[in-house]
Amino acid sequence: MKEFLEGSHAVAEVVKLCKPGVVSAYPITPQTHIVEDLAQMVSDGTLKAEFVNVESEHSAASVVLGGEAAGVRSYTATSSQGLLYMAEVVFNIAGLRLPVVMTCANRAISAPINIWNDHQDSVSLRDTGWVQLFAENIQEAADFHLLAYRLGEDKSMMLPVMVCMDGFILTHGIETVDIPTQEQVDKFLPPYKALYKLDVENPISIGPLVDPEYYLETRYALQKTLEEALVLIPKLTAEFSKVFGRTYNGLVEGYRLEDAERAIVAMGSVCGTVKDVVDELRKKGKKVGLLKITSYRPFPIAAIYDALKNVPKVAVLDRAVSLGSFAPLASEVRAVFTGKKKAPKVISSFVVGLGGRDITKHSIKEIYSLLTAKELHGEYIDLKPELLTPEFKG
Amino acid sequence: MKEIRIHARAGQGAITTASLLGYAYFLKGMYPYAFPNFGAARMGAPMNAFVRVDSQPVRLRSQIYEPDYLIIVDATLMRGFNCFSGLKEDGVAIINEKEGVEVPKVGARQKTFLLPANDIAMKTIGRPLGNTALLGAFCAATNELDLNMLFETIKKRFSGKAQEGNIEAAKQGFDFIKNKKKG
Repeated sequence: MKEFLEGSHAVAEVVKLCKPGVVSAYPITPQTHIVEDLAQMVSDGTLKAEFVNVESEHSAASVVLGGEAAGVRSYTATSSQGLLYMAEVVFNIAGLRLPVVMTCANRAISAPINIWNDHQDSVSLRDTGWVQLFAENIQEAADFHLLAYRLGEDKSMMLPVMVCMDGFILTHGIETVDIPTQEQVDKFLPPYKALYKLDVENPISIGPLVDPEYYLETRYALQKTLEEALVLIPKLTAEFSKVFGRTYNGLVEGYRLEDAERAIVAMGSVCGTVKDVVDELRKKGKKVGLLKITSYRPFPIAAIYDALKNVPKVAVLDRAVSLGSFAPLASEVRAVFTGKKKAPKVISSFVVGLGGRDITKHSIKEIYSLLTAKELHGEYIDLKPELLTPEFKG
Repeated sequence: MKEIRIHARAGQGAITTASLLGYAYFLKGMYPYAFPNFGAARMGAPMNAFVRVDSQPVRLRSQIYEPDYLIIVDATLMRGFNCFSGLKEDGVAIINEKEGVEVPKVGARQKTFLLPANDIAMKTIGRPLGNTALLGAFCAATNELDLNMLFETIKKRFSGKAQEGNIEAAKQGFDFIKNKKKG
């Protein structure tokens, strides 16, 4: 049913429909509304789950690890410093092949402290073995949780999935969302049956010491499974479409790319702003387009290649930085075309919107106008020179 | 597409105002996107809430710099900020008036509507929260929304005495501007 809902509330509603047995989280802005809603549902009895109050994010992640290890569908959510505090356990959850689903309400990283949106938190944890799906709008954020459990719990996967939604812009934004019925969700998402679980009747050990004879293969297996996820995701989104009536590719979404001479590559809510700018510039006869990356992990190498191989000029937008090197998304998009005959002539890189700096239509137009024959590396957009000391003003 | 910018201080209910306004548009069959922008994240700090609405889903995620409509919940903000910044040439501002605070001169085609929203709220709700009175005034000033849709919205959000009080506040806000327009 179509409702007018805050992003956090929409996510909580959909998580409830997924019937997790364990929910654990520690409050941190801008994730808090999601777990407040879930706590209320547990308290009201509308969600039959154990809500475990903890003293830190490290413990929250450990609780959902334990829940999944005991064969129970589990959920957590966090942001920013909270995700970093979880990091050690986040790696463990993937290494143990536990299909936890977590919402990351994307927020900048301290210091200086900043509660607003960018992608530095989840991008910093890209190498953990988790699937990371980035939502453009609240509907996607809600829907991707359904996809997340279905994908992660697939017997061929057994992977944790992080649904990334832009803090405030989507978590605190309110818009029209179609919340599915329980029948629809049950049709798409069967009850969770773990391949292996901790069970006192049939004891097993998980995560024991693995010496050099065995460790390498565990990482290889994770890598191969994530590559296989690139095949499974579009199959699941096709099935999703049949049940819920909304169609996603799940890996990437091309917008007006067919004859594009200049394209932007981006993730998350900024893609909506880019689409509006694309339409405006197209009306003026400019051949521009957008490639939205939904699945950041696994990185859809072949899909990106196909979408951009005939586009002469590409601008990659990063809402995170890899300090001391190229911007993270840009370096990977460039890697896709290493050694390829067909490739964009220019792949320029732009850093935007860190710590909630507003990305306007003007910001996007500036990026298109800077996308010329001269390749740019990590060009900061909307920088305020007056805030910089003289030696940095360039 | 219409864009509405609300100026308030944190704790004055601007997010609720934006969500009520958005919901009224939702009832009208439009696609609203209501969202806040927090400043210092503490009570009393100046903040904005926004509503962007269109006949199709809104994709633009930036803040609002050139609003069609302004709702100024706290008139004292006009002392320190240019609340009218970027207001469209034919834009309309609805202002919760306050003694001793002057409203800046506006463009020839721009309109300002002042009402004692806090006084209305004190009489109807018993608390100086003029938001629903301002929304009633918004309906009268802009003709964007039918007053009944606003009532429906308030009924969905509030119950009991709060519902009655807020409906009455919205009605009085609406009537105040309606009469002003006539007069």
